[in-house]
Amino acid sequence: MYWNRKIECMPREELKELQFTRLKTLVDNLYSNNRFYHDKMKAAGVLPGDLTRMEDISKLPFMHKQDLRDNYPAGMFTVPATDMVRYHVSSGTTGKPTLVGYTKNDLDYWTEALARSLTSIGITADDTMQVSYGYGLFTGGLGLHYGAERVGATVLPSGTGSTERQLELMIDLGVTAIACTPSYMIHMIDVADRIGVDFRRDTKLRRAVLGAEPWTEGMRQRIESRAGIQAYDIYGTSEMAGPMFTECEERKGIHVSGDLAYVEIIDPETGESLGPGQKGEMVVTMLTKEAMPLIRYRIRDLTTLMDEECECGRTSPRIERISGRSDDMLIIRGINVFPSQIEYTLMRIPEVGDQYMILVDREGALDTLTIQVEIRNEAFSDRVEDMISLKRRIESEIKKYLNIGANVELKDQGSLPRFEGKAKRVVDRRIMT
Amino acid sequence: MSEIITQLSIFVNNEPGRLAAIASTLRECDVSMKAFSLAESVEFGILRAIVQNPEQAYEKLRSKGIVMKKTEVIGIRLPDRPGAIFETANVLGGAGINIEYGYAYTGDNGPMMFLRVDDPRAAVEALGASGVKTLKESEI
Ligand SMILES: [Zn+2]
Repeated sequence: MYWNRKIECMPREELKELQFTRLKTLVDNLYSNNRFYHDKMKAAGVLPGDLTRMEDISKLPFMHKQDLRDNYPAGMFTVPATDMVRYHVSSGTTGKPTLVGYTKNDLDYWTEALARSLTSIGITADDTMQVSYGYGLFTGGLGLHYGAERVGATVLPSGTGSTERQLELMIDLGVTAIACTPSYMIHMIDVADRIGVDFRRDTKLRRAVLGAEPWTEGMRQRIESRAGIQAYDIYGTSEMAGPMFTECEERKGIHVSGDLAYVEIIDPETGESLGPGQKGEMVVTMLTKEAMPLIRYRIRDLTTLMDEECECGRTSPRIERISGRSDDMLIIRGINVFPSQIEYTLMRIPEVGDQYMILVDREGALDTLTIQVEIRNEAFSDRVEDMISLKRRIESEIKKYLNIGANVELKDQGSLPRFEGKAKRVVDRRIMT
Repeated sequence: MSEIITQLSIFVNNEPGRLAAIASTLRECDVSMKAFSLAESVEFGILRAIVQNPEQAYEKLRSKGIVMKKTEVIGIRLPDRPGAIFETANVLGGAGINIEYGYAYTGDNGPMMFLRVDDPRAAVEALGASGVKTLKESEI
């Protein structure tokens, strides 16, 4: 089922023409009317006339998160305040927050993207969707809310928190789909276990749309087998609008609607374009945004472009599950480590529970990596030696996959932090100089 | 085989306050410990406890998310004379039964010892045959 068949299944050549027309209009307009883009293009020695085909996009300069911060609050906006209809704000861990503005059309395209995505995973007017993303400044709640409403689903805007009450409502209202972070989904399943709610028996939940933080295939399998549902990956950052794009029912990569966004993958070191199938940093150009255009924005998420057309009939390019943000990369004793690689390794070990924490410290001149995992009750042995050998086994798996020594600490259930919004599983306590 | 005693083995993180938190959960669930020992490694401990109504206590504590299991142990009364522990070990050794761990405890009914062995049923039999009486749960 398609939401917008004409666009979603548009032949590639036609799509490319549409993309180029939109890019050209956008760049012409920005060069003539916006100080920031004008200066940026000038400095890079590129004029609107230099764009003669889609591939020429690589002549344009990159935009960085720092540009948004430096021009906070309104310096990146390209429409008068009267055309602005909403703001969202994401708090950065360092420095100023990132402010995103939307015109009426911006909201409309965002909602359109979500309507396509939700339809592609089988969510229809017959569904009741619980939106358990944070509402407010964060884009997740309101984004999914309007997206689900547009496909005609009934929305339960529950937001985060009050998990027991959320489960009660899920049961009472016959909720069939949920949108939240993967870590909140796990938390909900844990709470359900504790209060004796069985997702399969007591709820009608069938689908979960999970995102706003990187998660792994192993985590998906655990969520699906524990709750008896299908879990789909959703992607999008606040700079792009918010969560927008999901996998389709094939679940082989995330479809990025080509009429709305153009994705390039580059080598993060050199900035050179990488071909399909090569993993690198994602660079996004939003082709329809009005209030805050993004041109070749370095989003700092790492993925691979899949160029071949999908079985589902959609012609839009796909990206692979985000394997991490380049900002999240930890350098420990000179070795690059992504938290998602650690999650990947942990989730393959059945004795390990679904909660973990990654702690990085520095002792003297040496970085230390500590991984705390909650153990499953079934994995507990009364013999100290057995528990020590479990710990050693987890350590050797980490060593095998990441080539780094880690100290694994076994923890009892409920002793590690739970996250209702975006998980913060990494604590880097090194003092950076 | 009422002479097999059900011990609760509880996983405890070795961090400040964790044991106290477990103790307070035990209290909350009305679980009273008759005897216990704590086996520790650097990072975690295993609390081994003999409690009133172990089956019921297990269900209650599990529902609180405590990582635990039921373990079969045997209990013996320690006579107040030297060499008693040695004799017990000797009987078990002679019967080819391995002792994984044990702990002594002095309760209202005098000193007693709990042993985790690889074959508790055989242990009860071997000890019985050599005149050492193993304890029933009601005798603790
Ligand atoms: Zn598809």
